[in-house]
This record gives sequence, structure tokens and C-alpha cells, in this order.
Amino acid sequence: MEMEMEMETQNPFQVDVGNLLAFNPFHNFSSLPASRDELVKECLEEGTKLIQAVADSLFNLPSTEDVDGPLVKLPPPTTKLPREKHLPKPKPPTKWEEFAKKKGIKKRKKDKVVWDEQTGTWKRRFGYDRVNDDKDIPIIEAKMTNEPGEDPFAKRQDDKKKRVEKQEKNRLQNLKQAAKLGALPSHVQLAATALPITGTHAPPKKVTKDELGNVAGMAATSTASGGKFDRKLPGEKPAKKQGKHRTFLPVVEGSGIGSREKEQTENVLNKLISKHSHEILNVGKAVTMYNVKKEKKARNRRNQEGKSSSTSNKLKPKKQLHKKAAKKGPESSKKRKAK
Amino acid sequence: MMRIKTPKNGRVRRELEKRAPKLVETGKKTLILQGTKTSGTLNGVLSEIYHLKKGGAVRFTRKNDNIRPFESGGETSLEFFSLKTDCSLFVYGSHSKKRPNNLVIGRMYDHHVYDLVEVGVENFKSIESFNYDKKMAPRVGSKPFIAFVGEGFENVDELKHLKEVLLDLLRGEVVENINLAGVDRAYVCTAISSNKVYLTHCALRLKKSGTVVPRMELVEVGPSMDLVVRRHRLPNEGLRKEAMRTAKDQPKKKIKNVSSDAIEGTIGKIYIPDQKVGDVALPNKAKGVKRERREAKKKEANERASKKQRVESE
Repeated sequence: MEMEMEMETQNPFQVDVGNLLAFNPFHNFSSLPASRDELVKECLEEGTKLIQAVADSLFNLPSTEDVDGPLVKLPPPTTKLPREKHLPKPKPPTKWEEFAKKKGIKKRKKDKVVWDEQTGTWKRRFGYDRVNDDKDIPIIEAKMTNEPGEDPFAKRQDDKKKRVEKQEKNRLQNLKQAAKLGALPSHVQLAATALPITGTHAPPKKVTKDELGNVAGMAATSTASGGKFDRKLPGEKPAKKQGKHRTFLPVVEGSGIGSREKEQTENVLNKLISKHSHEILNVGKAVTMYNVKKEKKARNRRNQEGKSSSTSNKLKPKKQLHKKAAKKGPESSKKRKAK
Repeated sequence: MMRIKTPKNGRVRRELEKRAPKLVETGKKTLILQGTKTSGTLNGVLSEIYHLKKGGAVRFTRKNDNIRPFESGGETSLEFFSLKTDCSLFVYGSHSKKRPNNLVIGRMYDHHVYDLVEVGVENFKSIESFNYDKKMAPRVGSKPFIAFVGEGFENVDELKHLKEVLLDLLRGEVVENINLAGVDRAYVCTAISSNKVYLTHCALRLKKSGTVVPRMELVEVGPSMDLVVRRHRLPNEGLRKEAMRTAKDQPKKKIKNVSSDAIEGTIGKIYIPDQKVGDVALPNKAKGVKRERREAKKKEANERASKKQRVESE
């Protein structure tokens, strides 16, 4: 859709002043010029002609004088080009707007300041130090319908909270409706806070890394070949425990020194018996018990005396030696007695 | 469970409003990026295009392996970049043995690929290789004249498409008013053969002629290159129809206090506020003030003179 100039100049170019564009559809190179320079020259010549044509119409437009130079109002471009974004869709009316239209309620302009009877001044309609604030009510008269144990001030606050929540919910619904039609205002975004709850009311609990790993491992091995031939993703670690998770003894086995079943039963029996026998001294256990006791006592003494007593430390070891002997005595004697 | 997110910052809010779809659109931003491998000439081409479109272009300098505009899956990265930088035109350069010095110029609609043209660049001459009087150099951001020469642009499908895309790319902002003293650049595209286009950027010199219209003179300044059309993808019909849709001309905003009458024509009403006669500041050179001063001075002089006489007499 390019405008054709049918004026006195009668040039066959297509000129679009709005875009400062000119197109010559009739030129053709019957034979390409031999050298590059000549080609360039010819191109420039043709270009100059076209641009002259555009300039003709451009400079003949009515111009207004400006500080920097003559200002011209360009006509709208005639070449149609595709848009970069979709056309903005009109906002759908909100539920209140629909109701108001139906009932014929008109908006009334409200003042920012309102006359406050109580104090006798002009106060804000909303915000700090406003007209009908809930905080400012000193006395609420009791009515017959009130329950005896109810706090009317708290009740008023709760009512207000409920009203605010209801309004927020309605606002969200209106925005969702607008988003459904694709007409959300540009500065608003709707973000999902949690996945929609379906079925039971239990919120989805957080899964730990280990749990996820286990599940992923289970999923990976639940193929026909146990996950052996699957391609591994980069960074995927091999399965933690491979092969069978429980080993069973072979069914038939020769009896001898190395027979495993005998060993197994022996181990079990020994453990059972040793639990209730006092003969066997578990040396390791005794040593650890003794060491722990010693450390505890040393710590307690150190805490009592403080850390500055370095001289007394020299004396301490000797004392301990004695105590060692003393300690060893009753323990070993106990065991001997039990025999 | 949805949450309403609104910007807490004025700056962010203004930025979002700039990116929102508008009824009348102004200039498109261009995204210039490169692929896996680029050649020296291609680097030059990309930097010069960026320089020509300084105000409205974004240049990415890293290589992007996963962008293949002509393949169905290879456009996701491009669309993501377009969404984040709010660019609806892109120029993607890559170099390979099969397609040396390849340039893909594409447009987006709603941040999805709308159409593509693939051209090869030959005989590239950069800005530095041209000698010209530096005073005539075109200024950054000026609106250019664009000239297309050749019947190829009318007859050959691919060249027609290329013409449209080049117009979009070179156009710049759509403005209503233009300063005639500030037109100083022009692009000339000539169709040399059925698949080759010679594109060059020139500075304009306006010479005096007899009439109001000055005589134009083109001086080659900027990059010049041969574009060989290789592939192109036209938009599908439905998308094209939707993109070409324009809003119906908006109902003219009612000019207040103007009404038209059958007999008298256009009538305008002017409301004048009440004059506060007492509060009006008198200008400095009010004759009344001057006279008062003069008289006051005279009085003083008289008094002094009379005092002197008395003293003398005494």
C-alpha cells in the first residue's frame, strides 16, 4: 500500500513521506557494470534521484519555526508494517462496576479532608490521624443483643480485618478474570504461591535430599534390565548400594571348619551367653568407662579452680596416681567377687 | 493460591509500562548476537549495525551455540532473549563453511518468531575505509531516508520480503514531527540481480537550489555490503493478519470549550478568572511610581535647600 505521486513531477517512484521512503520499481540493470566503482556510482545516482523525490514532498510540507530549525509535521506512514506486540485488550469491568452499572450508581468525587465533628478540625479521610478511626472511640454503649463476655473493641477490629480480607479476595478474583481475558494491567503480575490442593487437605511436605535420591534410585532401577543399560545424565552418581541387598547362605554346604552356618550360630550363641555372664571382662569397655570418668573429674576440678592455677597442676598428677590405684582396686575386686 | 505482585519501585513500574503493549507503537529495539563461529568480516558487520542503531539496539558478545533460527527447536533461546531485553528485531550472525558470513534478520511478534530472512554478506566495506569530510558525518539517532532501487524488489518474492525487513530494521523511531535541519543520512538499497542487493549508508549534503527544496547530494560514509539472499521464512497467514491489525482510528479527543454552530461556524468559549486588582504587582517602569519618586526627590531637595538658607541666614 504505497502512495503513488500523481503530481506535476510525474515520476514513477513510490514515495512514502511518513517513513522517508522511496521505491523505484522500474529500474533494472540490463547489464551489470564492469567494475565495482561504476556499479556503486550508478546505485548512488539512482538513490539520489529517489531521495530528491522524497525531499521534494518533505520540504514542501507546512513547517513551523523552532529553535533548532524548521519543524515539519510528518504525515502518517503509508507502508504497513507488522506490530511488535498484540493490541492491548480493554479491561473487563470488575464485579462492582457491573453492579454499579446495573443499579445506576455513579461515582462521587471525594475530598481528601473531611470535617471532624469530634475535634472540630479538618482531618484526612484516610491515613494517619483520620476522621472515623477505630482507635479513637472511647466508649461503646452496650446493647441488649451483646453477649456478656465479649470485647466490643476487639470485635470491631476483627470485623475490619474480615472486611479487608474480603476486599483482597475480591480484588484477586477481578484480576484473575482480567488475566483470563489477557487484559491484566501492565504493572500487576499474578504469582502462584503453592500448588493447588487436590483431594485431601494435607499440604505437600518438603522432601529431603536423601529421600529424593532414594526415590530417584528406585525409579532408575525399575526398568526391565535393572537400570544397567540406561544412559546416565552428566553429574549423576552411581547407585549407592548395588547388587543384592540381602545375602542368604547357600542351601547345601559341606561341614567343616569353614562352614558358615556353624559360624553364624556360634556367634549368636556367644553373644547371648556373654550378655549375662560376668566372667568375661570387656577390656575395651572398661578402659573407655574409666577414661570418661577421669576426664569428667578433671574438667570439674578445672572449672572450680579456674584456669590460672598452673602451679597446682604440677601437684595434681601425683594425686591422680594415687586415685588411679584406688579406683582400680574396687573395680577389679568387684569382678573377682562376682566370680 | 495466587498472590498479586506489584512493583514497589517507581522505576520498575515505569519500566513495565514501557514494555506493555501499546495502541500506537514507536520504534522497535534490535538484538544483535552471534552464533557458534563468526568471521572477522561478520564481527565488523555486527558492530557497525550496532553503531548505526545505537539508541535502540542491544549487543550480545558471547557465542550462542543453541540458536538455530530456521529449526523448530532452535528459537527458544532467541525468544527468551527477546522477552528479557524487550527487542522485537534481531540480527544473528554466524559463519560456517556451507554458509559463510551468514546474517539472519528476523522479527518477533509478541516475543515469538514472526519471520526470518537469511542473507550472506559479501564485499563488506567498513566505516573506517571510507574517506570523507568528518563534518558531514551523520549524527547518532537521526531519522534516515531510505531508497530502494530495482524491479527485483517488486517481482522476486524473497527480495520483497527482504525489502520489508530492511525497512523495519533501518527505519528507526516513528515520529510525528521532524526537524528539517536534522536529516543527514540515507540508506540506498539496489537490487543488482535477482538475489543480490547492494546496501550502502550515505551522508546527505543539502545544497542550495533555487527553490525551498535543497538539492540532495549523497556521500558514501558508512558500511556498504552486498547481501545475497539465501533462505527466508514468511509468517503464516493467521499470524500475519493479526500482526497487521491496527486499532481503529481513535475517536478524536473532544477539544473542550469549542462548539460549532451552523450559522456562526466554530465558537470558542474563554473563561477569565476574576481579577484581583489589589494584588496585582505593578511593573517597575510604571509612570506613577516614577513620578512619585521624582516628586519625593524634589521635596527633599527643597527641604535641604530651605534648611541651608536658614542656617546661612542664621
